[in-house]
Amino acid sequence: MLETLHFIIKIIPYLAEGLVITLQVTAVSFAVGFALAALLTPLRVFAPTPLSVLARGYIEAFRGTPLLVQLLLIYFGLPSLGIKLDPLTAGFVALGLNSAAYQAEILRSSIKAIPESQYLSAESLGMSTLQIYRYVVLPQAVRTAIPALVNEFVTLIKESSLVSIIGVVELTRRGEYLVAYTFKALEVYVAVALLYFLVCALASQTTRFLEKRLAIPGYTRGVM
Amino acid sequence: MAGREVLTVRNLRAGYGDTEVLKGISLTVSEGEKVVIMGPSGSGKSTLLKCIVRLVEPWEGEIYLDGINVMDPKVNIRAVRARTGFVFQSYNLFPHMTVLRNITLPLEVVKKLSKKEAEEVALKVLKQVGLEDFIHKYPLELSGGQQQRVAIARALAMDPVILLLDEPTSALDPELREEVLETLRDVAKQGRSMLIVTHELDFAEDVADRIILMDNGVVVEEGEPWEILYRPKKERTRRFLKRIMRKLAEAYVA
Repeated sequence: MLETLHFIIKIIPYLAEGLVITLQVTAVSFAVGFALAALLTPLRVFAPTPLSVLARGYIEAFRGTPLLVQLLLIYFGLPSLGIKLDPLTAGFVALGLNSAAYQAEILRSSIKAIPESQYLSAESLGMSTLQIYRYVVLPQAVRTAIPALVNEFVTLIKESSLVSIIGVVELTRRGEYLVAYTFKALEVYVAVALLYFLVCALASQTTRFLEKRLAIPGYTRGVM
Repeated sequence: MAGREVLTVRNLRAGYGDTEVLKGISLTVSEGEKVVIMGPSGSGKSTLLKCIVRLVEPWEGEIYLDGINVMDPKVNIRAVRARTGFVFQSYNLFPHMTVLRNITLPLEVVKKLSKKEAEEVALKVLKQVGLEDFIHKYPLELSGGQQQRVAIARALAMDPVILLLDEPTSALDPELREEVLETLRDVAKQGRSMLIVTHELDFAEDVADRIILMDNGVVVEEGEPWEILYRPKKERTRRFLKRIMRKLAEAYVA
C-alpha cells in the first residue's frame, strides 16, 4: 500500500507536465470555440434565413457527430485535401470547432431567456436595437450563460483526452507511456483520473465564485 | 379643457394574428388633460396604449402625438418614443443596473445628455417620487411599489409630452398601491398630460378629467368622472362598475 502511494507520488511530476498540455489544449479550444460562437450566435438569432440556416447546420453537424470522428477527420482526412495540420493544431481545431457549436447554443438560449418585457421597456424609452442588446440584453444574458459556459469548459478538459489518439502528448498520453514502461495500469490511471478530477473540481468552483461576483443584487429566484 | 391636442387617435384598428383587438378606437388627450381608460380585461386597453408608440403595430387608423404623424412609415419612431413616457404594469426596470443607472441610461444613450446632466435629472425625478435615498440600490432590492415609483421617475426623466400608464398598480398588493397612487396624484398636479389605464375608482374620480370606458375593442362610453361613475348611460358601463365594486367588496372582506 505504502509502496503504491510512493509510486503514485513519484509519477505525479511526470504526469503534471502532461496536464499543462491538457490545460493548454482546453484553454485554446475554448477560446477558439467562444470566438466562433460569438459569430454564430448573432447569425442564429438575427440573420436572414439562409445565413441562420447555415449557422444552424454548422451547429447540428458538430453536435450530431462524435468528437472522435471529427478529430480523425481533421487530422487524417484533411491531408487528402492538401491541408496538413500537426497534432496539436488539429486538436485545437477539432475541439474548438466542436465547442463552438455547444457554446453558440448556450449563448443563444441565454439571450432567449431575457423576457420580452425587457425589450418592450427599452424600446418604450426610444433605445435602438443595438443599444437594447448592448446595455440591456447582453449584460443579463452573459450572467445567465456563465454556469453553462464553465460547464462546457469542464467538459472540454475531459474531452481533450481524445487528442492523445492523434499523438498529442498530454495527460492521458503520458499515462499510456507510463503504463507501457511500468505495467502498473491501475496505479497510473488512478493518478491520471485524480489529476483530471482535481482540475475539473477547481474549474467548477470558479462558477460559484463568478456567479457570486456577477450576481444581480436582490435577484434570488429564477424569475425577473 | 380646450387646450391643444397632444394625442389624437382616429379609427384605430389592431390585433394579433387573425384576432382583431381594437375595432376602430378614437380618442383625444388635450395638453395637461388626464384621461383614464377603464374596461374589463381583454377589452384592448393595453394594446391601445402600446399602439400609440407602436410597441404593437396597428393595422390601420391615424395617430398624432404632439403633431407628429406616428403612422407615417417614415416617422422616426424612436424619437417619438423618447418624447413619451410609458409605465408598465410590471415595472420592467433593468434588474442589472442601479436605480440611478436605470434612469440615466436612456438619458445618455437616447437623449444624448452628458453623464453629469443625466445624473442631475435623475436625482430631480427621484426626489419627486421620494426615492432619492435609493439611487444606489438595485431594482430587485426594492418593494414592488418602490420599483413602480422608479419606473414613473424613469418615464418622467424623459420629460414626455404625455405619460402612458398601463395598469400601474395592478401587479401590486393593496398596501403598496396607495404609495404609487399618491406618487401619480403628485405627478398629475404638475400639469403633465396623462393617459392612464386603471381599475382604481377613487383614483380615477380624483385625478381624471375624463373617463373612457372600453369593451371588446370599442369605446362604450366617455365622459366626466361623475357621469361615468355615478350616472352611466349605458347598461354595459353599469355592469362593469358593478363588477368592480363587487371585487372591491370581496377584497375588503377577505
